Amino acid sequence: MPNMQMNKTPMPEQDGKVRARNFKEVALGYTADMAVEEAKRCLHCKNSPCVSGCPVNVNIPTFLAQVAEGDFEAAYQTITSTNSLPAVCGRVCPQENQCEGKCVRGIKGESVGIGRIERFVADYHMQNETETKISRPESNGHKVAVVGSGPAGLTCAGDLAKMGYDVTIYEAFHKAGGVLVYGIPEFRLPKAIVQKEIDSLTTLGVHLETDMVIGRVLSIDELFTLGYEAVFIGSGAGLPRFMNIPGENLLGVYSANEFLTRINLMKAYDANYDTPVQYAKKVAVVGGGNVAMDAARCAMRLGAEEVSIIYRRSEAEMPARLEEIHHAKEEGIIFRFLTNPKSVLGDENGKVSGIECVEMELGEPDESGRRSPIEKEGSEFVLPVDSVIMAIGTSPNPLIRSTTEGLEANRRGCLVVNEDMLTSKEGVYAGGDAVTGAATVILAMGAGKTAAASIDAYIKNKS
Amino acid sequence: MFQIVKKKDLNAEVVWMDILAPAVAKKAKAGQFIIFRVDETGERVPLTIADYDRDKGIVTIIFQKVGASTQKLAQKNEGDFILDFVGPLGTPSHFENVKKVAVIGGGVGCAIAYPQAKALHNAGVCVHMIAGFRNKEIVILKEEMEQVSDRFFLATDDGSAGQKGFVTDVLKSLLEQGEQYDLVVAIGPVPMMKFVSLLTKEYNVPTVVSMNPIMVDGTGMCGGCRVTVDGKVKFACVDGPDFDGHKVDFDELIRRNNFYREQETRARETGCRLLAMQPEKGE
Repeated sequence: MPNMQMNKTPMPEQDGKVRARNFKEVALGYTADMAVEEAKRCLHCKNSPCVSGCPVNVNIPTFLAQVAEGDFEAAYQTITSTNSLPAVCGRVCPQENQCEGKCVRGIKGESVGIGRIERFVADYHMQNETETKISRPESNGHKVAVVGSGPAGLTCAGDLAKMGYDVTIYEAFHKAGGVLVYGIPEFRLPKAIVQKEIDSLTTLGVHLETDMVIGRVLSIDELFTLGYEAVFIGSGAGLPRFMNIPGENLLGVYSANEFLTRINLMKAYDANYDTPVQYAKKVAVVGGGNVAMDAARCAMRLGAEEVSIIYRRSEAEMPARLEEIHHAKEEGIIFRFLTNPKSVLGDENGKVSGIECVEMELGEPDESGRRSPIEKEGSEFVLPVDSVIMAIGTSPNPLIRSTTEGLEANRRGCLVVNEDMLTSKEGVYAGGDAVTGAATVILAMGAGKTAAASIDAYIKNKS
Repeated sequence: MFQIVKKKDLNAEVVWMDILAPAVAKKAKAGQFIIFRVDETGERVPLTIADYDRDKGIVTIIFQKVGASTQKLAQKNEGDFILDFVGPLGTPSHFENVKKVAVIGGGVGCAIAYPQAKALHNAGVCVHMIAGFRNKEIVILKEEMEQVSDRFFLATDDGSAGQKGFVTDVLKSLLEQGEQYDLVVAIGPVPMMKFVSLLTKEYNVPTVVSMNPIMVDGTGMCGGCRVTVDGKVKFACVDGPDFDGHKVDFDELIRRNNFYREQETRARETGCRLLAMQPEKGE
């Protein structure tokens, strides 16, 4: 009998006030009993709309049935047959717009907590190490290079390695993981989990070369001369946008990229690390996506007294995951909706002293379908702050496209690919944020997966 | 891991290191920089490449012990390894159609000005080099600079070596004597580059300066290295590090470079990182 409870089994969490001052994981995860109970909420409806909502088509009803029966390892095998990073996806996917958004239980009441169960299954597997040792697949003798070790690159590399390819990942930073390590904070995605996923790739035989900025130390063309038969570019969208308003170069204005990298990758919050970061008292974060939530919540954890999110539309238009908005509110982050910055103000030493904002109202829907914000005349006001973090989006880094002849990009700087993730250059595939502009971890993984299949077909065809 | 194959103290504060990094050496060009990280808890710090030897796979860095990370690096010895050494980063220097150039180095900046002078000299350009230091004790690379200069001038603030005064005093007298330069290349402390640029603007001599601002990744990702050039925001790591000295907002750059100075100073003076990581008191 399905569990007909209208609401999701609640997830244990650290208390909002407590966690707002530490970097430990916010959500504590289901117990086995909770996972079983929640899995039983699945009605096993005929069409399985949840599966079509998943960019990597995880067989959700099957793994939920396995969890309901208490066979967690079987559930893990089901998930990982199409999703190589379940512990990550269970934590950071915007499930409400994907699998859970399509769940029929969501029509009346709350959808099945698919993400929470996925997370439980992955964590259970990691803790119990029940798997039989991963065996290295037999080599097929073909070499493929993957540029970037974020979700797209890791997925592509993992899939190709499983098919027997000799894969090398080139990472520009000193540590692999891309946005999973420099962007998403520890309290939302513990770095030990990312490291385990990366370790399982190296166990599969994937080579990892850090400190390699492709486009500088080696060009894409040179990779082919090193014997790679195909290249996958998963270099992400790492270039921060600024608003181009007065005062943006004052001391205390950060791009979210810089602020988060100092904290997450460079561990500025840990006294054992040398990385400096500003410990601000009052912080304004500009933007309404997950990155803005992450930056605001990090600023709070560094000890700020007051952290505001400044977003020019209303709450309904906020692109961040619902859970992140909810968590941020619980942690005392102030949301200033329908507000837009006009300038950053500084003191005589060039340090940030405030941010001048204007109130907005919503007009007609724009091309994105969202109602576009319009300034309310004469509604300017100054918010006193000593730090401003710009989290208004990122674009792909131009380094690779500007150093690779024949690699086509659109006017937003995104690499152009066909449905097989093939770029305008033979043997060069791309996917993830480098192609779409800033999007989600799971979409990048889906692209990495498609590209791996295309690369396999391409190399098989050629030889 | 990257091995230190040679280490030499150029003076009490400045260290020369040859790092074995064949992939970086293979691509390095004058004007580009690297980022090093000594160990797992270290910062990522940019340094302009002083020299390279493609055959030996060696990249030379010359640095002053100014912050916690350069102190940490200076404690390493020949044969030791450092964790990370990334590069070459940034846009290489590009000097075209020049016949006569004044190359100006200030302090440890001479370590970068010298290879520029050498490259120009080897390309048949007439090089006048002006090197400035606080005093005699910290003069570095004097013979090397002399060798690649058609005229060489040494200046110290206290007159203990060469002539007394600043590099700008020397440059000004040369310009007043009627020396005509196609280009001035100035590399050193930001205030020095600022005053050289102010002077050359009066005389209408094109001037290139080399920036070394605070950054994290060195690939355009953090935007910490923002520099205002001609009213526009540039990222020194990808758009630079070379910029037109007449267009750089030096005062902003000086402020930005001092952003973490208080944390840094306390970290060095007390040797206690915990203290340095605490929020600013009484601010």
